[in-house]
Amino acid sequence: MSEVAARRDLGRLIFETGAPESACVEPPELDVPDVDPASAFGDAVRQSPLMLPHVTEGEIARHYERLARLNFGVDTGFYPLGSCTMKHNPKIAERACRLDGFAGIHPYQPEETVQGALRLMHGLQEALAELSGLPAVTLQPAAGAHGELAGLLVIRAYHESRGDARRRVLIPDSAHGTNPATVAMCGYEVTQVPSDERGGVDVAALRDALGPDVAAIMLTNPNTLGLFDENVMEVTRLVHEAGALAYYDGANLNAIMGKVRPGDMGFDAVHINLHKTFGTPHGGGGPGAGPVCVTQALAEFLPDPVVAKEGDRFSFVRPARSIGRLRSFSGNFGVLVRAYAYIRGVGGDGLAEVSEQAVLSANYLMARLKGVYDLPYDRSCMHEFVLSAARLRRAHGVRTLDIAKRLLDFGVHPPTVYFPLIVDEALMIEPTETESLETLDAFADAMLAIAREAERDPELLHGAPYTTPVRRLDEARAVKEPDLAWRPRTPDAHEEA
Amino acid sequence: MRFVPVTCEQRERMLASIGVPSVDALFAPIPDEARLGRPIALPDGLSEVELAAELEALAAQDVSGLVSFAGGGCYDHYVPAIVDAGGSKPAFCTAYPPYQPEVSQGTLQAIYEYQSMVCALTGMDVANASVYDGATALAEAALMAARVTRRERVVVSGAVHPEWREVLRTYARGGTIEVVEMPVFDGVTDLDALGGLAEGAAAVIVASPNFFGCIEDVRAACACAHDAGALAVVAVNPIMLGVMEGPGALGADIVVGEGQPLGNPVSFGGPGLGIFAAREQFLRQMPGRIVGRTVDVDGRPGFVLTMQTREQHIRREKATSNICSNHSLNALAAAVYLAAVGSRGLAGIARACLAKARYLHDALLQTGRFEPFSSAPFAHEFALRYLGDVASMQAALLKRGYLAGVDAGRIDDGLARVVIFAVTEKRTKAQIDAFVEEVASL
Ligand SMILES: Cc1ncc(COP(=O)(O)O)c(C=O)c1O
Repeated sequence: MSEVAARRDLGRLIFETGAPESACVEPPELDVPDVDPASAFGDAVRQSPLMLPHVTEGEIARHYERLARLNFGVDTGFYPLGSCTMKHNPKIAERACRLDGFAGIHPYQPEETVQGALRLMHGLQEALAELSGLPAVTLQPAAGAHGELAGLLVIRAYHESRGDARRRVLIPDSAHGTNPATVAMCGYEVTQVPSDERGGVDVAALRDALGPDVAAIMLTNPNTLGLFDENVMEVTRLVHEAGALAYYDGANLNAIMGKVRPGDMGFDAVHINLHKTFGTPHGGGGPGAGPVCVTQALAEFLPDPVVAKEGDRFSFVRPARSIGRLRSFSGNFGVLVRAYAYIRGVGGDGLAEVSEQAVLSANYLMARLKGVYDLPYDRSCMHEFVLSAARLRRAHGVRTLDIAKRLLDFGVHPPTVYFPLIVDEALMIEPTETESLETLDAFADAMLAIAREAERDPELLHGAPYTTPVRRLDEARAVKEPDLAWRPRTPDAHEEA
Repeated sequence: MRFVPVTCEQRERMLASIGVPSVDALFAPIPDEARLGRPIALPDGLSEVELAAELEALAAQDVSGLVSFAGGGCYDHYVPAIVDAGGSKPAFCTAYPPYQPEVSQGTLQAIYEYQSMVCALTGMDVANASVYDGATALAEAALMAARVTRRERVVVSGAVHPEWREVLRTYARGGTIEVVEMPVFDGVTDLDALGGLAEGAAAVIVASPNFFGCIEDVRAACACAHDAGALAVVAVNPIMLGVMEGPGALGADIVVGEGQPLGNPVSFGGPGLGIFAAREQFLRQMPGRIVGRTVDVDGRPGFVLTMQTREQHIRREKATSNICSNHSLNALAAAVYLAAVGSRGLAGIARACLAKARYLHDALLQTGRFEPFSSAPFAHEFALRYLGDVASMQAALLKRGYLAGVDAGRIDDGLARVVIFAVTEKRTKAQIDAFVEEVASL
């Protein structure tokens, strides 16, 4: 019944719900003398009518319950979205970040009144330093891409402090789109480095690309193919020999905890996506957090502030030659609380198990699927792997997109598709350690069943999905006739005025 | 705590089917010289009971529940219960970006509605799905204006929040923009000094209310920008837009703001919500995700991520921004909040803040402990100059349970003795009276 209800009002907007006189939250009775906004603001007073929804609390409750039922989250089902690490998000962390001592403190409160928060942040800095093998940490960046910006600006400041103007940043062709986009924001040029036949950085090409104008390389390892680059030590050595620094995109740190650390692989700076490795929820697109860990040589350039400990007291300090703030206040504190809770709850021993199981589960799925789907790089993977539907496409005209859409009918969220760009018809699968063998097998069975459907009845796949609240959406129309905001159908009379 | 459901026996079966003897064999590609070779040096895990106790103990070391007159970009508004109930559902919380629209209509529609509400508030044509916070929204607006105008210099008012201006300068370190500041006179941007500065600029940036709570002449600032061929960027407080005109009607090209006041807790300053809206003609230069309404193959209404060729996953180094994850869940909270209060409610809340701020302002001046900072009209926040030592005043009032404003001197050296007070609808007359009495007794 509830499913029926959720689908019945499909597309009905909250603006189209309720009666004009309805209201949910009334402001309190004014207990001080009223001030007329017109007299206070003059010209700046609102004249255009404000068109917000007018609904009762009950209507809001039903509206968002209906929308929630149209959504798929990790709590709904298997979500093997490669590179995103859609693992279970512990509930205790949700409760913790809402504690009044965390959610109810103001960023400008005196430091002696927020020692618990600062202690937590300091503890998180220390844990991330231990896991990354890099001693200095900023918790300020709001996401992975923001961490990349922090890291690359720190690297830029380091070179500039030595009077060493450099202009290019090397990026493998398998890199995530945020890497080159960040390079451009930092005023550097991108030089793309090809991958070799084993999926790692082509070392010969790297040698050619390096030069005195190279500021850094940005590397993901395991990379976006889910492969560990066996030449990583040589790569970082060559980079350093050229006077450049090595930046590590830590989106995939969840594969290697307890085994190897970015610092020990020769990296100078790394960002860590707390919303991936440390189980903080993705929130339908955020907020996450992207702390950055760096070597001692880069520590003085970190963004302002970092948390320092002196005796028993914690405080914010500005690193000596800080690049400055990257956002207001000190970080996505609510997310930091959740990540801290995760690390403390799971513990050092548990984190090592997390990586081991993530890698085992990925290899298990890869073994089950590789005969039927193409495996462009046939070697053991880390926490994720990339298949290709190129053969199915050639033989039956079935594309990766069709497979992804068909998976929806099996009650599974599809993998990441068409990324990394170097694999044709890519399907990037990351099961995570929090899925049972039963779930993994059900997914493999679904993938195999879909491959059989592709042979027998490709049309079936072209039309998928069939069971979802809406079916394939007209994206071309969305671009051609942009409808990006609701507007009242009958414009109010004073709107012209 | 342990979240791994696979059993030991199942592990063995999985290894056998992969054809390797041990899990360690899967890590063979890691070079020996780099290996950690020891356990992770972090304490062992805790049970949930122990963890809950530890976290509660940490939270208890913080002083919360103060009667707050602190703002400075982070405000203690009331968060209606429906905001948490509606916005924190696991199906929203545990999803990722709506790349598969068929199973993401909940997130997509909620964000489309959020975008619609932002457009309604700001008077702009298009809004994105959010960026990180108000400060990064401002920096993104400057970068966007530079792309649109193919100019580099952005002129920012010295009355914009000092931290936001600093973020702008940090973003400028890449050399893609150059930042120049407009002087402040009597708490507001000195527009007379703007003329020359605006010439050849990509953007003119003002905030209204500004850092001091003062109302700027937004219309005049926008006109100056346009005269010089620059874009006008206006930073807003979304609550005050309940009674203040949306900058779209005053000439703004890009509107940014900190959305935390809309249903998000103060939470030590993060996560916030970066509001970002613009005129339709600049749509293709906007940063971040945008949701559009369309139909499915059966003609049913539905929503998708759209205009994606602006974004990093497609355009890479030519993208309009590097942003990927945004602050979607905070945007959802803002949407639930705005639906809950509605147009009348928002106006009422804004009006209550205005009246209470005025009441506190006048009463504090009457204590004789302060002198005025500015003669400009203000909204929910105002600055005064304290006639003594700010730190000891705040410390004394803290002991009595008050957060006595924001010490602007701590944020900006040039603002010694300036204290900024914010008053939300949560503050009662009784609380304000009691606070003023404490101030008077110092
Ligand atoms: C490899 C990689 N790098 C960087 C990012 C960017 O992280 P965020 O979305 O937190 O900005 C992602 C996330 O999608 C990623 O998968």
